[in-house]
Amino acid sequence: MTQIVKMQGLNKHFGELHVLKEIDLSVEPGEVVVIIGASGSGKSTLIRCVNGLEEYQSGQLLVDKENLLPKGASQKGLATIRKQVGMVFQQFNLFPHLTVKKNIMLAPTKVKEVSDTDAARLADRLLDRVGIATQANKYPSQLSGGQQQRVAIARALAMDPRLMLFDEPTSALDPEMIGEVLDVMRELAKEGMTMMVVTHEMGFAREVADRVIYIHEGRIVEEGKPEAVFDNPQHERTQAFLARVLKH
Amino acid sequence: MESTFQFDWQAAINSIPFLLKGIPYTLLISFGGLAIGFALGILFGLLSINKRWFMRWPATAYIEIFRGTPILVQVLFIFYGLPDLLGGPIDPLTAGIAAIALNSGAYISEVVRGGVQSIDRGQTEAGLSLGLSRTQTFWSIVWPQAFRRMIPPLGNQAIVSIKDTSLFSVIGVGELVRQGQVYIANTFTAFEVYFVVALMYLCITLSLSVGLRMLERRGVANI
Repeated sequence: MTQIVKMQGLNKHFGELHVLKEIDLSVEPGEVVVIIGASGSGKSTLIRCVNGLEEYQSGQLLVDKENLLPKGASQKGLATIRKQVGMVFQQFNLFPHLTVKKNIMLAPTKVKEVSDTDAARLADRLLDRVGIATQANKYPSQLSGGQQQRVAIARALAMDPRLMLFDEPTSALDPEMIGEVLDVMRELAKEGMTMMVVTHEMGFAREVADRVIYIHEGRIVEEGKPEAVFDNPQHERTQAFLARVLKH
Repeated sequence: MESTFQFDWQAAINSIPFLLKGIPYTLLISFGGLAIGFALGILFGLLSINKRWFMRWPATAYIEIFRGTPILVQVLFIFYGLPDLLGGPIDPLTAGIAAIALNSGAYISEVVRGGVQSIDRGQTEAGLSLGLSRTQTFWSIVWPQAFRRMIPPLGNQAIVSIKDTSLFSVIGVGELVRQGQVYIANTFTAFEVYFVVALMYLCITLSLSVGLRMLERRGVANI
């Protein structure tokens, strides 16, 4: 099967700072890839390259057979890619001026020109799927953090993406709300969604990931099945990182 | 020197019908000018945050010039100066509207810039990540939120501009102050008439304040 994401020798700089170094990474359809690493290691930047929110300087990046070109090149394929790739952010980034339902309806009606009636039906179905059907007509600020993040997931799913990117989806949540968001993600993985997840939730990574990638200072240091990476890390950097995060 | 002055209520009341004739001009210059100023403000405000210098530069020049010179000088320049260039007179009403438009436009550009820049980058990123174009993201996500934040400073600018129209008595538009001056020239009741003129401005600006506050309360309830 062809890969949904294929990165080869990808490099990214923020000015002087070399954030991503020679990244080779591919993601197969249906695969759940969890990316771990210390803050500032470049893991968020890595998945933000996949939908073009970050530009890169050299290397090759194919997303769903579209060639995502480095900085400075014309980006014809970018719109196509973004329609197929959903993203969930740490800070939810819901649209505060729109109701929950309208948040979900916006992209289908604007981008795919779905009718209002169909988009509303789609929104109801997705809200039901993430377990907050009763909140449809509220505004984001009236919901808890966990509920907001579930709306954000529903909003991304409304575009029927082939790949979902999760950028630390539970890092801004109160501890008691992390579970409800992870449950939705777990469900999504079970249904066969291709996912790239940046997270600090090691339990989730171990349980749901098909593959875990450890990034250190912009380089992929270790990668493999969760059992292999968590129980028998080969690289001393990975060992040190896991010793720190698994202690508590 | 002992003052024997007494407020003449009758004189004040008598002046009202004549003064009221100035109000349509005051309102026309204010709101006509502000409407165009708003359009200019959106245009130049957005240009001033454009990435390309050749878009940004003219906007910055416009803003600095019209914020940095007195509106009285601007209207005198338009009314007395521009006809030399154009080869024909400009009627005072047009000159007044143009001065308010250009002047408020410069301030509103800054309001627009501030409003748009105050919206979190994450909103744009969320829009783009959903497949919306930059234009769609701006007009359906960023602008509605920015506009709500712009209401208070826009109201402020509207009040300033309404008061600025009083300066246009110098070019002879029959607005509120001009009407007052003409009336006083015949009756010598300066105290009473300017008192009534001031009250009339206050009526206009207060109703605007109240209206805006209501709009604001409705608009920001959910943010």
